[in-house]
Amino acid sequence: MSRIPENLKYATSHEWLSVEAETGTVGITDHAQEELTDIVFVELPEVGRQLEAGGNCAVVESVKSASEIYSPADGEVLEVNPALTDNPGLVNDDPYGDGWFFKMKISAPSESLLDAAGYASEIGES
Amino acid sequence: MVDFEHWEMPVKYSGIVEEHHSVRKAAGLFDISHMGEIWINGLRAADFLNWVLTNDVSTLETGQAQYSLMCNEVGGVLDDLYVYRIGAETFLLVVNASRTGRDMLWLEEKLEEFGQSNRVVLKNVSQDFGAVALQGRASEKILSDAIGGNGLIKVDRPSDLQKNEIEAFALGNRDVYVARTGYTGEDGFEVIAPAECIGDVWNRLLTAGESEGLKPCGLGARDTLRLEMGYPLYGHELSEQITPLEAGLGYFVKLGKGEFVGSFELANQKEMKPNRKCVAFQLTDKAPPPRAEYTIWGRDTVWNTGDLNMIGKVTSGNQSPSLGIGIGLALVQSSFAGLGTKLEVNIRNRNVPAEVVKKPFYKPKD
Repeated sequence: MSRIPENLKYATSHEWLSVEAETGTVGITDHAQEELTDIVFVELPEVGRQLEAGGNCAVVESVKSASEIYSPADGEVLEVNPALTDNPGLVNDDPYGDGWFFKMKISAPSESLLDAAGYASEIGES
Repeated sequence: MVDFEHWEMPVKYSGIVEEHHSVRKAAGLFDISHMGEIWINGLRAADFLNWVLTNDVSTLETGQAQYSLMCNEVGGVLDDLYVYRIGAETFLLVVNASRTGRDMLWLEEKLEEFGQSNRVVLKNVSQDFGAVALQGRASEKILSDAIGGNGLIKVDRPSDLQKNEIEAFALGNRDVYVARTGYTGEDGFEVIAPAECIGDVWNRLLTAGESEGLKPCGLGARDTLRLEMGYPLYGHELSEQITPLEAGLGYFVKLGKGEFVGSFELANQKEMKPNRKCVAFQLTDKAPPPRAEYTIWGRDTVWNTGDLNMIGKVTSGNQSPSLGIGIGLALVQSSFAGLGTKLEVNIRNRNVPAEVVKKPFYKPKD
């Protein structure tokens, strides 16, 4: 069983979103990092880029494959996690903590985000 | 689990990178039961093989093995395989899972042409045999603990085997074949055994390896390990449209041994020099890992216009777990195949710099 924190929102494409005021932090779920296996490179969006909910915003490369990451909300990229450049393995080690991808100023979250129970059921772990 | 040519295979057990390092530092155990096994017997078996394969079978003594290629009439590779000489008139071919059916059809057709069908017998035993690969520096000790007894062909113990040698050992009331071969660049063995006892072989090796750091390994690590050695994988570096000379496997094409299937075209290509070649390259900057099918670009050197042209494609690529950089194999125009040649790999519409390097990427330590 993978970890699915209660306080986060989830996309069916396996991104998580935590919201504090209008700022969202985005990463990928424990389930996703397990499926992707050892992550060797993370391509992050540029700061200032306008993202659309459901649109491509990053790429995660594991030894297995390259996978697109989709934005869980509309909004502007405020900051990206600099630690991932030198240590992409943080995504495997701590997907909900040090392995976060980027922060964004949310104008509108995706309407199809799930809560923890919904995501657990989505990945067959409920 | 993934479906690989109708074989249900694990990509990983504990994790690709962890498994990879276990092979480089201690040992790993791979289930390679999907590989095809074909027996070739008979008075003219050696002659037949020398005519359908590119390497020279006549140099093999009983108990020895060699890497070889099976080509079509125009020199394209039908399969790459290992030939084991089990006896004066008995050979075992270990072929790619995806090619076994095609290989059998081709061998039967060629045997008809060869005209010695009463003196050569072909038998596809892929369903009756399983195989495991034990790879890494701890392999000799592990294997010696798991499989003992005296050899039935030539050598006494598995540890007496030299690289590219094979021996049969009794396990219960069955014979299993142990060869000092592999696909990782490390010392190691491949054990080929009747399907009903391959599970027993696997368990014995895992148990014997417990104290030696042995880990079960999946297809993912098998691929990263072979890539670090620059070994070809059928369907990537090799196909019916690619010749062994283009793939950089000229060493295994013995044009001096006499006529063989594809020899005319291969001799011709050697004379004219192939106009494309498979090269090893590594990325020179921190960038996403290269992947198969990415395009390769090079600056014009003939007219020195500096124009950037597409000059080939990546055939295999990944992040090297041992080196921590992006590495790959690519089929490129021959003028860009020299060591040190600067290339660019197009990764998601961005060109990243790369350089042609010598194989292997990684040199196993003794």
